[in-house]
Amino acid sequence: MHTLSVKEMSEKLRNKEITSVALTQHYLDRIDQYDGDLNAYVTVTPELAMEMAKQADDMIAEGKGGLLTGIPVAHKDIFCTLDVKTTCGSKMLDNFIAPYDAKVVEESRKLGMPILGKTNMDEFAMGSSSESSYYGATKNPWDLKAVPGGSSGGSAAVIAAGLAPLATGSDTGGSIRQPASFCGITGIKPTYGAVSRYGMIAYASSFDQGGPMTRSAEESAWMLDVMAGFDERDSTSLEQPKQDYVSTLNNDIKGLKVGVPAEYFEAGLDEGVESNIRAAIAELEKLGAEIVEVSLPNKELAVPAYYVLAPAEASSNLSRFDGVRYGYRCENPTDLNDLYTRSRSEGFGAEVKRRIMVGAYALSAGYYDAYYLKAQKLRRMVRDDFVKAFEQCDVIVGPVAPTPAFNIGEKSDDPVSMYLADLYTIPVNLAGMPAMSVPAGFSNGRPVGLHLVGPYHSEAKLLNVAHQYQQVTNWHQQMPESYQ
Amino acid sequence: MSLEKSEVDTISRLAAISVDATEVDQLTAKISNVLDLFQRMEAVDTTNVEPMSHPLDQVQRLREDVVTETDHHKQYQKLAPAAEKGMYLVPQVID
Amino acid sequence: MTWEVVIGLEIHAQLTTKTKIFSGSSISYGAEPNTQANLLDLGMPGQLPVLNKAVIPKAIKLGLAIGAEIGRRSVFDRKNYFYPDLPKGYQTSQFSFPIVDKGGVVEIEVEGETKKIGVTRAHLEEDAGKSIHDAFPGQTGVDLNRAGTPLLEIVSEPDMRSAKEAVAYAKKMHELVQYLGICDGNMQEGSFRVDSNVSIHKPGTPFGTRAELKNINSFKFIEQAIELEIERQIEVLESGGQVVQETRLYDADKNETRSMREKEEANDYRYFPCPDLLPVVITEEDIEAVRAEMPEMPDAKRKRYVADFNLSDYDAAFLTGSRAMAEYFEAVVAKTNEAKVSANWVMGELSKSLNQNGLDVADSPVSADMLAGLIERIQDNTISGKIAKQVFDAMLSGEGSADEIVENKGLKQITDSSAIEALVDDVLANNTAQVEAYKGGQEKMFGFFVGQVMKASQGQANPAQVNQILKDKLK
Repeated sequence: MHTLSVKEMSEKLRNKEITSVALTQHYLDRIDQYDGDLNAYVTVTPELAMEMAKQADDMIAEGKGGLLTGIPVAHKDIFCTLDVKTTCGSKMLDNFIAPYDAKVVEESRKLGMPILGKTNMDEFAMGSSSESSYYGATKNPWDLKAVPGGSSGGSAAVIAAGLAPLATGSDTGGSIRQPASFCGITGIKPTYGAVSRYGMIAYASSFDQGGPMTRSAEESAWMLDVMAGFDERDSTSLEQPKQDYVSTLNNDIKGLKVGVPAEYFEAGLDEGVESNIRAAIAELEKLGAEIVEVSLPNKELAVPAYYVLAPAEASSNLSRFDGVRYGYRCENPTDLNDLYTRSRSEGFGAEVKRRIMVGAYALSAGYYDAYYLKAQKLRRMVRDDFVKAFEQCDVIVGPVAPTPAFNIGEKSDDPVSMYLADLYTIPVNLAGMPAMSVPAGFSNGRPVGLHLVGPYHSEAKLLNVAHQYQQVTNWHQQMPESYQ
Repeated sequence: MSLEKSEVDTISRLAAISVDATEVDQLTAKISNVLDLFQRMEAVDTTNVEPMSHPLDQVQRLREDVVTETDHHKQYQKLAPAAEKGMYLVPQVID
Repeated sequence: MTWEVVIGLEIHAQLTTKTKIFSGSSISYGAEPNTQANLLDLGMPGQLPVLNKAVIPKAIKLGLAIGAEIGRRSVFDRKNYFYPDLPKGYQTSQFSFPIVDKGGVVEIEVEGETKKIGVTRAHLEEDAGKSIHDAFPGQTGVDLNRAGTPLLEIVSEPDMRSAKEAVAYAKKMHELVQYLGICDGNMQEGSFRVDSNVSIHKPGTPFGTRAELKNINSFKFIEQAIELEIERQIEVLESGGQVVQETRLYDADKNETRSMREKEEANDYRYFPCPDLLPVVITEEDIEAVRAEMPEMPDAKRKRYVADFNLSDYDAAFLTGSRAMAEYFEAVVAKTNEAKVSANWVMGELSKSLNQNGLDVADSPVSADMLAGLIERIQDNTISGKIAKQVFDAMLSGEGSADEIVENKGLKQITDSSAIEALVDDVLANNTAQVEAYKGGQEKMFGFFVGQVMKASQGQANPAQVNQILKDKLK
């Protein structure tokens, strides 16, 4: 059943060929069988999943719900889930049973999508490898020695291994696209504000954006339709009618102007990645797209600007974890300061602590102008580069990451080298524009992702391009052998 | 750019995160590397560039002044490490 | 050369909304601990703030009242520090771009001199919760009901030169926010809190280091605390010491200020724009809409009462003492068209009875309409002024309107000349000796006859008619 597309599952559910109960049980069985090695789930919720599956079957019988009713889903453990442990990959929240649902979870529940569990991630979404989780590293289903990418590594791995048909992720500096690329699946980071952040535990609020992680672009379109939409509880939620992501999937892309920035093909780019991306561009050309050279001159500034701004916001966002109202509290605090300092020092992992400290430093007296304000100005310059480039093209393409998945442990001791590997994804988050990762081949047996970036509110267009590409390629349908 | 030991202390205090004596050198080195990364911004001319706080040029939406929340303190305090008589407890604070 | 005192005030006015500034939790006073602290107020992960619509026009009102520039694009920042009553680890406030910008001025009067005090800015922010120190041995309890209550922090220029000026300014602002209807001014409940920054220096030299006085909940104590602080600083400086920048608490019981435990290092709040909130944009139309519903300010009202109603300065000041009082008075005048008589009743019988019963004019059992009804009956000679007091007391105890009481109790004035003549005849017949004396030149006996006639009529005879008839009969 796990090799069916979600569209096929949906049809079979509605034709009563399968039930949500059977489908959900099938995935729970697979999780039992495979997740021990992968460590892609932090929490599996079999009882909740089966109860919801039964309800979904009832809904389908009554002709209620939508196309995704009855299709199970895995939520990144960054989304608060009512009465389910929500850890954000941190010891700090190891005992946190969320008292409410994130908007994204609420919507999937309403539709009757059984919740299989919560997926593993870098602690508080700070990382590009899913190694920094308190619950241990998630492994890449294509090669257990490799990282699945991060921070939404768990969601990417469960899709790649067939341990969930659909998953949610979040992307602050590439956290949907890079793991999607490393695990050979499709993921889209929507325009900032398209998906409500309500109930999504904040890392860097002006960058964080939830999005779907699926096998195909069509599935991403369906799932994004569930996730996106105005939410009055989020002040930054876009107040505009939701796009129709699905009905334009089959539009042909003749005459589409595809921008290729020279800056995305410079030294440091893995040869295998480059050849796959070039091949993908050629494929788009065959589909009738016109290739345009564009320039993103300030790309180099994006990484330092991001690593000032995101930690600065994080240093403040994570101040609420103080051991008072919920979450981890140290044993026998001697005084208030000891309570704060020990709870936080014991509750947070090394990378989170470093980013909080770097962020506090960037905001502190004497450094604010040189770091924080400067980075905000660079943010505008990076954004303006995109705005200019999109005067000449409809989408920009390139690699998602300079290399395929690296090995577990390879970069964990050198944060800056890990940061620099986000050079293609980060600029998009600074701008707040939508972008996708689409499977586009393999380099040394590890998947390669094609990066599609569009101007604000162009999700439907990106999904259309990706879907058309997936009509003529089958990279997205491939599964690692041991999980077939 | 390398970080002074005193600066590490200051950040540690601001962030309410302690730095173990055994990790201080390693941490200082790692943070210093990050600051080196920041140095790349220095040379860029940003005259007349407006700082950008939000990706989208939107303005604040307003909420009606209507009570929408009800009392759930018992439920919420089940999450608290220490609560009594409806209050959260912390070690004695001397004002 | 003597020391010059420099004082600036930071006033926190709690805005009169139903809910918190960023959440739909109630802000009603006195609720059980944490029953009004909900997901956002508790700083639960993933919770997001949405700004309460009601705070914007209230802030603009203050800005317009003091003639300040309105921040067309104000921005919420985060002020970062750890404290148990601050659940998110930061306070959302406006640092760089406040909603009420520069240019504000208020006029105060101290010992007959008027003086202008500048208002630097006023910004919106959220209140913190409360720490309870004495309920648990060795521990502090935290109640977050107050966390997130909307405040307008009004920051003055360091323009005040004495404790008296500081208090005059604080009172003026207190009156203003209540007039504007943006704050209830209740100092006991902490709805209006005053922090004073006090320093001293020699004129012509830079300002001295200031100490901040907090935790003062009455004007009397503000004045005492500032006086004490000035004395303390003079003593420190004159004995060769230095004033330390610190926060000092005023202890009303001991009448002393003492230093709050000094932090080893200065705070560094790391303000930055709150990424969960967007800029608040205020248009010309928004401002005009608020301007259209601005109440008349107390100073303007006072001047109008003197000019239009011919009231004395004292009466005008009394009647404009609160917006509710002025509204009551104006409602009475609107019906009676008699400013002086109405003023006398409001300031006399009404205020006396309210004071005795500890009531605010807004809660008066005798409404402005009822009082006007009473005054009208005096004006049309239905009752005399003396009977009117009796009717007023009856209204106070809920016996109905003036007309109902006059009717039920048969208090209507006797204006029938023949009835009064009969009474006069009786009185003169029964007091022949006094009539003789009067006719013999003791003219002051006239008052005696009036009194007797009124007594005989149980106060209901029209006094003017009684006078006239008596004069005629005694010719």
